[in-house]
Amino acid sequence: MAERFQLTVNGVESEFEAGSDTPLLYALRNDLGLKGTRFGCGSGQCGACFVLIDGSPAPACDTPLWAAAGKRITTVEGLSKGGELHPLQHAFLAEQAAQCGYCTSGILISAAALLARNPRPTESEVRAALDRNLCRCGSHNRMVRAVLRAASEIAL
Amino acid sequence: MNTVAESPLKRPGSLEKNPKLAQWLRVHRDGTVSIFSGKVEIGQGISTALAQIAAEELGITLERIRMVAADTAVSPDEGVTSGSLSIQDSGVALRRACAQARTLLLKSAATRLGVSVRDLQVADGTVRTAGRSTSFWECADDALFDCEVDETAALRSPRDYQVVGKPAPRRDLPDKIAGRPRFIQDITLPGMLYGRIVRPPYNFAGPVSLDDSKVKSMPGLAAIVRDGGFVGVLAEREDVAISAQRALRVTASWREVDALPRDVHAWLKEHAAEHRVISEKENADAKSRAAKVLEASYTKPYISHASIGPSCAIARIDDGKLMVWSHSQGIFNLRRDLALALGMREDAIVVRHAEGAGCYGHNGADDAALDAALLARAAGGRPVQVQWMRDDEFAWAPCGPAMALSLRAALDSHGDIVDWEHELWSNGHSSRPGRADNPALLAAWHVSRAHERPSAINMPLPAGAADRNAIPIYDFPNQRVVNHYVHEMPVRTSALRSLGAYANVFAIESFMDELAQAAGSDPIAFRQRHLKDPRGRAVMEAAARRAEWSHWKPAESRGHGIGFARYKNLGAYCAAVAEVEVGHDVRVNRLILAVDVGLVINPDGVINQIEGGAIQSTSWTLREQVRLGARGIASLGWEDYPILKFSEVPVVEVELLDRPELPAVGAGEAAQGPAAAAIANAVAHALGLRVRDLPLTHERIAAAISQST
Repeated sequence: MAERFQLTVNGVESEFEAGSDTPLLYALRNDLGLKGTRFGCGSGQCGACFVLIDGSPAPACDTPLWAAAGKRITTVEGLSKGGELHPLQHAFLAEQAAQCGYCTSGILISAAALLARNPRPTESEVRAALDRNLCRCGSHNRMVRAVLRAASEIAL
Repeated sequence: MNTVAESPLKRPGSLEKNPKLAQWLRVHRDGTVSIFSGKVEIGQGISTALAQIAAEELGITLERIRMVAADTAVSPDEGVTSGSLSIQDSGVALRRACAQARTLLLKSAATRLGVSVRDLQVADGTVRTAGRSTSFWECADDALFDCEVDETAALRSPRDYQVVGKPAPRRDLPDKIAGRPRFIQDITLPGMLYGRIVRPPYNFAGPVSLDDSKVKSMPGLAAIVRDGGFVGVLAEREDVAISAQRALRVTASWREVDALPRDVHAWLKEHAAEHRVISEKENADAKSRAAKVLEASYTKPYISHASIGPSCAIARIDDGKLMVWSHSQGIFNLRRDLALALGMREDAIVVRHAEGAGCYGHNGADDAALDAALLARAAGGRPVQVQWMRDDEFAWAPCGPAMALSLRAALDSHGDIVDWEHELWSNGHSSRPGRADNPALLAAWHVSRAHERPSAINMPLPAGAADRNAIPIYDFPNQRVVNHYVHEMPVRTSALRSLGAYANVFAIESFMDELAQAAGSDPIAFRQRHLKDPRGRAVMEAAARRAEWSHWKPAESRGHGIGFARYKNLGAYCAAVAEVEVGHDVRVNRLILAVDVGLVINPDGVINQIEGGAIQSTSWTLREQVRLGARGIASLGWEDYPILKFSEVPVVEVELLDRPELPAVGAGEAAQGPAAAAIANAVAHALGLRVRDLPLTHERIAAAISQST
């Protein structure tokens, strides 16, 4: 049954109608037009749809709206502030850390969560933090370098 | 430059099929240039490399280039974006087209200024002479390019290159990294409906029964579309389409058609229909020196393309015209097969490319386009977006074919190879659209007026398909290479990055190591002894040097290995050195690759492709096999089809050999075979025994150890 839902996404409150079991992913993409969060598997195994829910990375494909309501949700679009890209995004560009780019949003989300709780991670900590995200093109090492670069740039 | 032996009648690159200058570019008054290419961006960075080539020959900055999305209505037909050929096909054509365009623009500018071309100074499209000026943009006139490309027009010398050969940031990445809509999955058209397809994960005819009573009443459901065995749903909301698909699927029962063979490699050997000797060399004198004979058999399983983003398409039927957005690698071929499947005229269909996730070959992209078109027929003129679910992609996208290989060779008393035999058994490696009498699109085999599924074919040598790289690059006095082509397909197969080269190079290079060991030689020295090609020797030496091959320190459970090939025996040279550690699983610690692609267009682009290819090949080699059940594909999610994770990825180092004087060739597939062979050889070095069946999993290694004891 469709209900009215209120969600706070990237600091903005929005209201729309959807079923309470609707995965957050489709509300973000189709009701709110935030297309950066992407469908990959529908069961939280690939990370393409990761968003921050109260600061922790979670699969939007596997999170029903009822579980997201009232929480603080950040999507890849919310990483930039006032039109200025997040240091991670600058670092990904500097390292050319992508090939097809389909997994990138989810990886940026996992990396942002990592840097928030551990601002100076080691390389193996970065890899461990990204292990829930799959990349098929083989851009892993560039992305790891980009996360380390962002960490050192934030620290400056 | 680029004077590869070609008959004077054949035009270079894609100019043969698309000779008109206006097909390739258009100069605008606003100071930009539109470049039309039929090659498409699949995450490999081709749109950036082609823009570099165009900017270079036009003598303008890269920022002025606008790459136009490939579209059957406006773009040159350049076939399929595959085979690492885009630089050779599109790059060569654009280079000549842009060189001629510059000449014509300069002539026009000279006329406008009333001087001769010799008196002009040109910088970034601005043309000056004695205090007066004009520009390419002022001279822009469509009539100027209404001619054929003159392939004798003077080309800029690579020595003077400003843009080509320098790293250029990828033009598509700012959107992708900012999370802006960029992919076909992100397109929303006014009034768009969402579609999903209902299919079981096995070869079927039917459904025998389907109960749609509950689904029909779902709020927001727009239609249930049935056409023979094709069943799809359309809804106002995407999540409703998915719920409807799931609900319908559990009520459906399907008629299964073929059970799958238990041992697919044995099955392939029993079902080969064509046996072709593709290379034969005889030297009785050398053969008579044979002192020691070795034989070995290798296998490669079915491998999934396993794109992170499942296939997607958008279709709209309006006034008898079909408009399709697709991430197909061959939009013109797709249009042809859509016309066949739908009983439409090709000129009533436009296919426009929109970027998808990386595909690594023929995945479900084309199939999704027909799915969307079939649903669009029931959408009353509204556009329809179909995205496959994860299990659709695993179950229905074509797989890279399973292969069986048997090698046999003889060494003389000096440890030199005097005889070589290579046999391979495989299905065809391409069932792409546009090549058969029947449409090569999934739903066309299930609708009520069903077409028969075409068998996968093999493209002819020298590039080859199942037999790609089966003919050894080494110099052997006797050799015989046989391709056993299996027509019948228990699992739908098609092109996966590098086609047969992955398995052929894995087998050849594994066997070379086995022979080197039998001859008591160092694996690299042994290869060099059998290889005349100086470019091949150079990449091997470069990789060995960078890996400090000769300073290897033996350690428990550790090994290193080499793998080498020239892709297709025509393209890029690549040598890989792998360093591994074998515990419960194989861990690749480091991969060092040396590559020669001739003239390098975008160095960072080439490195990115080689790095990515090597990591993907590591994943194939260590982890990947499509699991088959009795009924069908049993790998339907990432838990059944694990790929390499961040913490398992090796350090990868790439060295580019600079060859600006040689023609540019593609890099996308060069690393697949060499990386696999290097890993297999390193594992054999670490264990002191050989695993010949891919992937090199814990189970395979344990089985090899128990067999050897």
